[in-house]
Amino acid sequence: MATSPTQRLVVKLLGGAVAMFFFAIFVLPPIYDVFCDITGLGGKTGGKYVAEESVVDESRTIRVQFVVTNNGDMPWEFKPMVHEVQVHPGQAVPIKFLARNTTDRDMVAQAIPSVSPINAARYFLKTECFCFNQQPLAAGEDAELPVVFIVDRDLPSAVHTITLSYTLFDITGRSEAPLAASTY
Amino acid sequence: MAHGPAKGIGRWLFTTNHKDIGTMYLWFSFAMFLLGGFFAMVIRAELFQPGMQIIRPEFFNQMTTMHGLVMVFGAIMPAFVGLANWMIPLQIGAPDMALPRMNNLSFWILPFAFAILSSTLFMEGGAPNFGWTFYAPLSTTYAPPSVNYFIFAIHIMGASSIMGSINIIATVLNLRAPGMTMMKMPLFVWTWLITAFLLIAVMPVLAGAVTMMLMDINFGTSFFDAAGGGDPVLFQHVFWFFGHPEVYIIILPAFGVISAIIPTFSRKPLFGYSSMVYATAAIAFLSFIVWAHHMFTVGMPLTGELYFMYATMLIAVPTGVKVFNWVATMFKGAMSFETPMLFAIAFVILFTIGGFTGLMLAIAPSDIQYHDTYFVVAHFHYVMVAGAVFSGTGAVYYWLPKWCGKMYNETMGKLQFWIAFIGFNITFFPQHFLGLAGMPRRYADYALQFADWNMVSSIGAFMYGAAQLLFLYNVIATIVAGKPVTEPKTWDGAEGLEWTVATPAPYHTFSTPPEVK
Repeated sequence: MATSPTQRLVVKLLGGAVAMFFFAIFVLPPIYDVFCDITGLGGKTGGKYVAEESVVDESRTIRVQFVVTNNGDMPWEFKPMVHEVQVHPGQAVPIKFLARNTTDRDMVAQAIPSVSPINAARYFLKTECFCFNQQPLAAGEDAELPVVFIVDRDLPSAVHTITLSYTLFDITGRSEAPLAASTY
Repeated sequence: MAHGPAKGIGRWLFTTNHKDIGTMYLWFSFAMFLLGGFFAMVIRAELFQPGMQIIRPEFFNQMTTMHGLVMVFGAIMPAFVGLANWMIPLQIGAPDMALPRMNNLSFWILPFAFAILSSTLFMEGGAPNFGWTFYAPLSTTYAPPSVNYFIFAIHIMGASSIMGSINIIATVLNLRAPGMTMMKMPLFVWTWLITAFLLIAVMPVLAGAVTMMLMDINFGTSFFDAAGGGDPVLFQHVFWFFGHPEVYIIILPAFGVISAIIPTFSRKPLFGYSSMVYATAAIAFLSFIVWAHHMFTVGMPLTGELYFMYATMLIAVPTGVKVFNWVATMFKGAMSFETPMLFAIAFVILFTIGGFTGLMLAIAPSDIQYHDTYFVVAHFHYVMVAGAVFSGTGAVYYWLPKWCGKMYNETMGKLQFWIAFIGFNITFFPQHFLGLAGMPRRYADYALQFADWNMVSSIGAFMYGAAQLLFLYNVIATIVAGKPVTEPKTWDGAEGLEWTVATPAPYHTFSTPPEVK
């Protein structure tokens, strides 16, 4: 075993290197996710929100806009059914998106939400969202995809407009397990 | 001495001698320097005029990527490891490195790493084409199939660096001659000790980053893939958590070399020795907390931008301490201007210019404008080339007489310096203008208004490339036909244990430790 001072030092330094490797793979990504959850960095929204009895703050009106993007070569037709709504903080607002599989094969999609400005992300709460699950659509099939959201009453007063963006990814063939709802 | 080197190729394959291994590191890094330099010549030849002349845009992307990877991991890093192998035992009075067999291993896996990396150039789909920073998803979803070879090569380079670092730390901490206290160590030893700790801390993070890429590409994970719940921005954080300390890994040993050369040719002790040590440690510490200044445009909260901006500017303080100490060392010194000193003075001037442009880039609001333009290219070549490469070249001229017992030709050395110095500035100074005018980096073509300065830059690059061939000629001419020198002290102003052993340095030195007063 390590007896000489050099051997003991080498064991320590090697241990440090191995520890940094595991730190990079198993610690940094989770820390980053937690950090983004807390700060809303990157516009990441939280998971499923359970609505509490809440008072609607009718003194403020927030404009919420919806934009969608198809990632890469994703061929689906994907669009919001309304592009913009005016909401009061605290109010539960249902909206719908339309998705159509325009191809002749069955496909699975995953929508990833992002909210701008980033300091509004924490206050944009979704009680229901199609992005919590994968979306399988048969060839030629279409579907109305529901979202119910509440803008929290603690939304910073400087924010008057929130943009909710969905990017639709083609995950056909790579979807073994559905994403944990808590991720979004 | 008990015995000299073994005969034949076995001497080099099985050697555990720090001088042999140092020599191999230096030659290997010079070969990689020429290879990476060749890639740079291809880049500059294509950019000589607007439009596509010589190569296809896809191949241009492979050239920029391979140039960066080969220069950072193949040329600069191994060159300083080679200098460390040669000089650290000589400077602290140790008979050899603490772990001579691991030393052999850490060198001999390097040629394989670069053979793997270079072989990707001949593969279907071509070499890595995603830039030396290999941002996901360019390096995952959209990467050529050769990316797996690239990942494996990075793993090997990382293993080599970590073993080399462990060796250096063990040597410096355990093998110093009696009386050689920590605060008596030459600064080259100090800067390398701190660099080695940086390497052990961040090379595994790089290995982790490429391992996560490997998993995303081949095993269905989604570290960096938004479709599966990952985040490509995470890649940039992990990469720069490695990448920022990496730039200090490259430059700190260069600081050590300059801190050896300037006192010698100023014939004065280094001004502010202890402040140099503390400044080096401070730079190393700060390097871990500023990484996101490479990513000001990813969409950070204002507080994040402010924090990374001010923390980055803070690095100018210890770096400024070093620059002022070098200038103060020269002040009222009996200066002479042999080739190593010319490289050292050029280092101080040009590195300071690179430092100032770094400060400009650290200002978050203006970085939005400079980001990914040629201004950044000019900035980091001022610190990497005029910093690390000039320092390494100066180090070779400085210690070459000690290594081989022959004196280089001073006129030829100075000729190389002036061609390199002028060529370097013609190459990279106009790139500041190009960047400020809005020319983006990493493109094979450019708008017509950038044509003049690009042509100037390319002419400078060919000059600078020619200077390196002259360097190769000078070194070989010195070894083959240099004027023999025998006195232990090559330079009358030089201090330190390496100048107490015979010239050329015998195969075994300090078998009995020297007494340090």
